[in-house]
Amino acid sequence: MVKVIGLTGDEAVAYAVKQCNVDVVAAYPITPQTIMVEAFSEYVHNGEVNTEFVCVESEHSAMSACVGASLTGARVFTATASQGLALMHEILYIASGLRCPIVMGVANRALSAPINIHNDHSDMMGSRDCGWIQIYAENSQEAYDWVIQAFKIAEDPRVLLPASVNLDGFILSHSMEGVEVLEDEEVSKFLPPRKPVITIDPTKPVTVGALCLPDYYFEVKFQQIQALKEAYKVIREVNKEYEVLTGRKYGLLETYAMEDAEAAIVCLGSTAGTAKAVAKELRKNGKKVGVIKPWIYRPFPEEDLIKAVGDVKALAVLDRACSFGAPFNALCNDVIGTLYRHGKNLNVFNCLYGLGGRDMTPNDLKSIFNEALEVAKTGKVKEYVKVVGVRE
Amino acid sequence: MRRFEELSEKKLGWKSLPIGGYLLEPGSAMKYKTGDWRAFRPVIDQERCVNCLLCWIYCPDSAIIRLEKFVDVNYDYCKGCGICANECPVKCIKMVEERR
Repeated sequence: MVKVIGLTGDEAVAYAVKQCNVDVVAAYPITPQTIMVEAFSEYVHNGEVNTEFVCVESEHSAMSACVGASLTGARVFTATASQGLALMHEILYIASGLRCPIVMGVANRALSAPINIHNDHSDMMGSRDCGWIQIYAENSQEAYDWVIQAFKIAEDPRVLLPASVNLDGFILSHSMEGVEVLEDEEVSKFLPPRKPVITIDPTKPVTVGALCLPDYYFEVKFQQIQALKEAYKVIREVNKEYEVLTGRKYGLLETYAMEDAEAAIVCLGSTAGTAKAVAKELRKNGKKVGVIKPWIYRPFPEEDLIKAVGDVKALAVLDRACSFGAPFNALCNDVIGTLYRHGKNLNVFNCLYGLGGRDMTPNDLKSIFNEALEVAKTGKVKEYVKVVGVRE
Repeated sequence: MRRFEELSEKKLGWKSLPIGGYLLEPGSAMKYKTGDWRAFRPVIDQERCVNCLLCWIYCPDSAIIRLEKFVDVNYDYCKGCGICANECPVKCIKMVEERR
């Protein structure tokens, strides 16, 4: 029988982490991630998990402790958001550089200044090039499912890279929904204890983090590039195995109503849910629109995107973080780069929206869909980077 | 003399290096040949060398080898600073440009 429990996004992450038999959690609370570690610390207090919970003085220390713990061969989790992720920034590169398969929950939140606690993707996009696998969830169910899969992907010896599971702050982190959960034993079977490749062990000494000069550094970094490429395959394998277990189908990206679509929206996270509902509504009026939602942002799902785009004539790419001064914002740059690389010539425009938690309403999405349809019809882009919902 | 290019070529590529820049063998620093950092290579005219050992004293990398009647250079570690050539009282050390 399927077990459904009411969980907020943060609680769903904590619940998944509990079932993943994590050895070490080192974290520092920050809104809107706090509930993840708060809920998890209750599990520790109640003796429901056998986890070393390290209370640290900052996120910089949290990630540092995670790196150290991961090097010993432990399964490690942490969570953060916004300024916390920014403070971790330099250690994020060390975690991926030292090939530590840490999993991190990120309740995406805007960056200061001005100070703001609400959702946008500035935090993770600010660390976009840190070499981590980056996953975006649309709802609590996906956050739960991806955390379990993330450990399996990250710890695979072909990958050995850290992974972040992103969920929109407040919109998901604090909203309760019914989440189908697995039994503990099912998760244990799906995710057996970590089998580390190299560990720090006093009986077999190794040097980790040694100076690496121009004659070796590039080779070590290239290994990381290759590992992220390997991740495509591993993600697909893990998704398939998870589907057998749960019946829930995951992949590098999700498509909605794309079969005969003329125009589509590409977006990350919870906005995709609203976009699907609006697309459904518009389709009732005969408007052929669809939605493409990358689950995996890094490595970027190039092949899947090209397949999903098919014969679509116009794309509206939605970005919830600003890449100041860039020709397009981050997701749109990736989409356009992918299309160019695969010789796909279609009209694309970028929408910057929702900074600091400004709502993306169904009406906003409706007008974006309509504009995309017009671009598809006329073959002309009116505005390459549109800013949605800002006052003049 | 081992050629400078050979030294670089012998370094492992990304496929054979341990991941993450890990060093799996303790006490292996001697195996890290740094000679390919050189831009200039000291060449000693051993006929003219008076074996005064000033170069041996001044070399910051202990890359001068003492032989019975003259000195030689350990090109595995010499980084080509040129101090030896500067200190040599009979000017028998010439700095020759390495080519890539």
